[in-house]
Amino acid sequence: MSNHSTRHAPTHGEQIRLLLVDDEVGYLNVLANRLGKRRLDVVKARSGCEAIQAVRRQDFDVAVLDLLMEDMDGIEVLKILKKMDPDLKVVMLTGHGSEKASKEGMRCGASDYLTKPCELEELLEKIREAYRQKQRT
Amino acid sequence: MRFPKRRRPSENRYYQSLTRRMVLIIIFVSITPMILVSGFILSEFRTSYQAKIYDHLGELVLKKKQNIDSFLWEKLSDIRYVAATNSYQDLVYEDFIQEELHILRREFDTVFEDLGVVNADGLQLAYAGPFELEYADYSKAEWFTSAIQTEYHISDVFTGLRGKPHFIVTVRNIWEGKHWILRATIDFLSFNTLLEKLRIGQTGFAIILNQYGEYQTKPFFKNIKINNKNLYQFMKQSQQTPKGVHIVERKEPDGQRNIYVGSFLKGGEWLLVYQQNKDDAFSDLRHAQNIALIIIVVSALIIIAMAVLLSMKMVARIQVSDREKEIMNQQVIETGKLASIGELAAGIAHEINNPVAIMVEEAGWIEDLLAEEDLASCENLTEFQRALHQIRMQGRRCKEITHKLLSFARKTDSSVQDVQVNDLITEVVNLSVQKAKYANVDIVTDLDPSLPAIQMSYTEGQQVMLNLINNALYALESKDGRGRVEVQTRRNAGDIHIDVIDNGTGIPAAILPRIFDPFFTSKPVGKGTGLGLSICYGIINKLGGEIDVESEQDRGTHFQIRIPTAPSEKPGTDACGDGMAVEKTA
Repeated sequence: MSNHSTRHAPTHGEQIRLLLVDDEVGYLNVLANRLGKRRLDVVKARSGCEAIQAVRRQDFDVAVLDLLMEDMDGIEVLKILKKMDPDLKVVMLTGHGSEKASKEGMRCGASDYLTKPCELEELLEKIREAYRQKQRT
Repeated sequence: MRFPKRRRPSENRYYQSLTRRMVLIIIFVSITPMILVSGFILSEFRTSYQAKIYDHLGELVLKKKQNIDSFLWEKLSDIRYVAATNSYQDLVYEDFIQEELHILRREFDTVFEDLGVVNADGLQLAYAGPFELEYADYSKAEWFTSAIQTEYHISDVFTGLRGKPHFIVTVRNIWEGKHWILRATIDFLSFNTLLEKLRIGQTGFAIILNQYGEYQTKPFFKNIKINNKNLYQFMKQSQQTPKGVHIVERKEPDGQRNIYVGSFLKGGEWLLVYQQNKDDAFSDLRHAQNIALIIIVVSALIIIAMAVLLSMKMVARIQVSDREKEIMNQQVIETGKLASIGELAAGIAHEINNPVAIMVEEAGWIEDLLAEEDLASCENLTEFQRALHQIRMQGRRCKEITHKLLSFARKTDSSVQDVQVNDLITEVVNLSVQKAKYANVDIVTDLDPSLPAIQMSYTEGQQVMLNLINNALYALESKDGRGRVEVQTRRNAGDIHIDVIDNGTGIPAAILPRIFDPFFTSKPVGKGTGLGLSICYGIINKLGGEIDVESEQDRGTHFQIRIPTAPSEKPGTDACGDGMAVEKTA
């Protein structure tokens, strides 16, 4: 964050490869559209399973993961994704009042979390921050 | 604000009947043994007292009888002595017999009224005495017919020739083969004095009757009504004691009960009878009985008074504990309600969050797309942008609302934890802001940031603040113009002070002392349980704090809460004081 020169680098340089995981299709689509519009390389996954398959197929820089999904527990998905790709940065989306789950997610290797519904700019900032972290390591 | 007292007639009836039952049981178990024991003692006492009285009277009568008998035989002996020591020839001389009477009266007694010698034909040959009875003819007199046949004779009392009651003692002798009689008259009055002394109480007296029921002594009472006709026979037939005394009790025709104690004298011819009214004879007993009765009645009254007092006190305590129990039950129910409302709200908030998020994002998407279009010439561009901005704004509001709901619902557990009072107040105020807006009320907070955390149940704290703020809003509902509720916190010597001040209608002074009473409500039936403030009171009390109220009509109400920061002696951990649904109770 402190380094001003690196802040805009991803947007101008290589695209951030983003995996968007949410079982709420309407939200998933519009978020993917908006983030795509902001020059992110977005892949959508409608469930935990799809997310795992997507990570198996290709590498991602950052994953935005909804913790509350019907098929699998978000924390479980997080653990599996981190196992598959330890370098993957994960930003969690949680419902309000799920601080406990968020903290557990942080312990399991997530980079950050946001409560839904969230401002797009905020989410974008979290994604970029996670990406910068990945670049640094 | 009106504060009618909620009446519970059926409940009152229950407690009244409970009081009645307790009173009756206490009275029954304490008075019954008292009456049984005193009745037993009294009856035993009466029996022995009666026996004592009868014994005493029997003794008296027996003594008197012996007195009279010996008196009579003494007089007879005197006459016999005169007859034996003097000859017939001497006695028929007037002067001699006068002298003999004189000697008798001097040596023995003045009871001898006169002295006379009567021959076998009933003719009085010589006479000494106050009456003119020389040569009186007694041949037809009853006493003479009896006297001539026996050696000694004592006659019944009769009036005779002199027209005065008297009786005669005679001794029969023989001179020249013919019977003659020496007779002496006994002074009736002197004889009477023998009995006069036998007087007890108001009605006790003695008389002597002959076998025909005629008086042998003068009754002490002039207007005495003694049913003497049958008395002699009646007494004769009655049982006698080993000492020869007859004691009977008889109901007289006038309804009075009399005691008769009799003894036969003069060889069974006369009856000495002592009569006394039973009530009079037992007046001491009756007196004692009356005193005992008064003591019993007074004790019974004291027992009844104590029973009533005790039962009322006990029932009052039962009533209080029943109420406390009811409040606890109510609290448990309300806690359950709040928990389910919390769960429901949390579920709904989660459900709403997703559509709202989609709406907000879709609006953002349109904005994104609009930015790409060349709409410089589009007249409505600014209007589009404004509308989209509005959608996003309202979406954010929805989010805030659901967040408040969720954060409230999340904290429905009753465990004691470190609670920041300021945070708690902020949260409750945030929740009430919307409601306040509709009621045209501003909620202002003035919170001291230096407040320490205190150990309490978060839910209970929420409940207290919600109740107070809701009450304030209720009090401001009917107010014209803008209402104002101020919530202040400050620290003071180790205590936390919370003030909730409104400028509403105020609470009438008459009911101010009762607003913390359970079931006391100012609201229409069905709107308030009357428990809100009493629960607040209970929660604050549990924390070792105090809740106070000041109110002025039309000026507003000021609730003051003081909570010590040091752990109180009564840590509030029991489940009863837990969260309670919002209650609008004045």
